[in-house]
Amino acid sequence: MTGKIEKVSIIVSKGSLEGIYPALIMANGARAEGIEANLFFTFFGMDAIHKARHEHIKLATVGNPGLHLATWAGGLPGLSAVMTHYMARKMENLDIPSIPEFIEMIADTGAGLYACQASADLFGLEKSDFIDQVQGIITVGEFYDLAAGGEIIFT
Amino acid sequence: MSTKVYAGTEVTVNDEGFFTEPGSWRAEMAPEIARESGIGELTDRHWQVLEFVRAEYTDKGTGPTVRALGKTSGVPVKELYQLFPKGPAKLAARIAGIPKPRGCI
Repeated sequence: MTGKIEKVSIIVSKGSLEGIYPALIMANGARAEGIEANLFFTFFGMDAIHKARHEHIKLATVGNPGLHLATWAGGLPGLSAVMTHYMARKMENLDIPSIPEFIEMIADTGAGLYACQASADLFGLEKSDFIDQVQGIITVGEFYDLAAGGEIIFT
Repeated sequence: MSTKVYAGTEVTVNDEGFFTEPGSWRAEMAPEIARESGIGELTDRHWQVLEFVRAEYTDKGTGPTVRALGKTSGVPVKELYQLFPKGPAKLAARIAGIPKPRGCI
């Protein structure tokens, strides 16, 4: 084992609040340490960079035992919105940026943002559907080229 | 822990090169620490960040994170990374002679 990580490539595959934030925190934290970082958004993770959707990322209240709610309660209409709002307030108090603001900041740190070609094809999305900071829609092969020589983290 | 000589004065630093006694730091030391951190010349914009970091530390007992710097130092995040490519909060803290800031965001 050598001492220092020089580069990370982080794959974001989930579109929930709790699926997206950890990857953003890791990417931003990597840049703060002087580590090169790329974010690769695939499947529902693409919502994080989708112009119309990235302001509406919700906490998953169904199938999320960590919330310690009765299973039936998680599906109540509006519960996800209420829990998301509650989380957003707590995060604001801790000065954790919203997802759109956080992604803009991460792009400013010099990290690369990419969407997955296969997922974009699957959902019928084009470059113009994504926020301007997205550098491109790339194939898995291109992702591996970008990730070469670094660590790959899947979230 | 080890000792270093900056601007003719011996100071103690930790394993990552951060000052263990911020009181022993003087502005004349900054250019030498910057060179060690891979920064060639300190411009006015670098100094704006360094002075801000120093003031924050004096005020709050801890240096600001990159997000805090971007919001309040008057230097935006993009430029911070141009000035301090290997991590603005960390490098500015090191050059300004204060401990490494802790914080996840």
